[in-house]
Amino acid sequence: MDGKISRRSFIKGGLAVAGAAVASSLPMPEAVKASSVEELGTLIDVRKCIGCGACVEACKDVNEPKFPEPKKPFPKMYPNRVKVSDWSDKRDVDDRLTPYNWLYIQEATVTVNGKEETLTLPRRCMHCQNPPCADLCPWGAAYKLKNGITRINSDYCLGGSKCKNVCPWHIPQRQTGVGLYLDLLPAFAGNGVMYKCDRCYNRISKGKLPACIDVCPEDVQKIGPRDEILKEAHAIQKEIGGYIYGEKENGGTNTIYVSPVPFEDLNRAISKGPGRPNLKPKKDSMAQADNLAKAMVIAPIAGMAAAAAKFFVGAKKSMGSEDK
Amino acid sequence: MKTLNGTRLTAENKALRRVFILAMALTAFTGFGQMPIFKRYYISDIPGMAWSADFYATHFLHYLGASVLLGLFAYFILDYILTGKKHFQLTPTAYLRIILMAGIVITGILRVFKNMPDVLFSPAFTVFIDISHLGFAMVYLFTALVLVLMKRGWLVEADRYRVDSV
Repeated sequence: MDGKISRRSFIKGGLAVAGAAVASSLPMPEAVKASSVEELGTLIDVRKCIGCGACVEACKDVNEPKFPEPKKPFPKMYPNRVKVSDWSDKRDVDDRLTPYNWLYIQEATVTVNGKEETLTLPRRCMHCQNPPCADLCPWGAAYKLKNGITRINSDYCLGGSKCKNVCPWHIPQRQTGVGLYLDLLPAFAGNGVMYKCDRCYNRISKGKLPACIDVCPEDVQKIGPRDEILKEAHAIQKEIGGYIYGEKENGGTNTIYVSPVPFEDLNRAISKGPGRPNLKPKKDSMAQADNLAKAMVIAPIAGMAAAAAKFFVGAKKSMGSEDK
Repeated sequence: MKTLNGTRLTAENKALRRVFILAMALTAFTGFGQMPIFKRYYISDIPGMAWSADFYATHFLHYLGASVLLGLFAYFILDYILTGKKHFQLTPTAYLRIILMAGIVITGILRVFKNMPDVLFSPAFTVFIDISHLGFAMVYLFTALVLVLMKRGWLVEADRYRVDSV
């Protein structure tokens, strides 16, 4: 593996993350803690992927302890429209995202430089810079770490699937019969736990590479500070006259794909559907809310101005009537 | 005991009270809509209510309602300090409502701040503000309902209150 960006800067970043992880054990805003951890991005060079599936296997192996072990039979859920989502007997499925498969290989037969070719690309959570899954999770079970990873805490998640609904790629996958909802009101609220790639946050905190990057025989992926990853992605793009995906999608992600063919072509050629994310352009999902949040500052100022105006008008009037 | 909820409401106060109730209803409804329950429990199946299952729509409306409430609270507080204090006094139950509302507002502001790009809170703190925001809102709504049934208002005439208190 080319260690220029990935290993050296990654380990430096990883140690800083480990330090921050110790500090973050206190329940206080990280924004107020001293930390210089940068967001780490990953670069996926589509040209290099041979679709061997080593990353998929490694992901399954290292994350097996995190996989759900549901209790059966599942509690009856009401109303009847609430569907059970059970992948526990289909753990070997590896051609889509499931609670037991957080990374899979997409295939696209496209024309590259006039020749028909089958390109393969690993797909998993994009780890958005402003992730709607974390922003809109009503319990704080989904959250973003300072190093750019978005995680779902399986101890808090109730499996309502809101994160999947609001994710532009519908990445998180649900397993029924596991998690906190079983201890609350299993018949009436919740439906399990949502699972997705956590970019091996626990390995990163120990200064190790995510498993998919570590085992790749073709060095398809790199990890490093996002700005360096972007620089390299743009250099490759320029060199091959290629295309980038993930830099601006959903306002920016920490997963940057570089491809020799346009992503519209790849999107047309890949198999899409539940657990199989598309490669369409994505507008910033949180932009509207973020703009309104900024405008919120004006509301109390306007309120105070109105009260002050009422007071001065009243004072003027009473002075006028006294004069008379 | 005559209160502002009684016969002495001015036209301006009546209008603001309606805006307050509407904004509270909007934020309460869209706030509960942040949990994935409206689709599960057929609320979004009611004709005209399909939007309630759109999390981006309920989130935007929740922010919008919160903006109106923030404007109203700022107005009410300053208006009370500058003008109202001379004529009215807060009732004990008003203090209870203010404390609960302050809890909602503070945790709400923290949640909005947390949702801004590049602002990160620790997972434990995020869970704390999420659950306390919901908790404050539920206690406030329950308290407000009880106080409405008991016909307890926010304000009472200052002189009368002193007499009544004796």
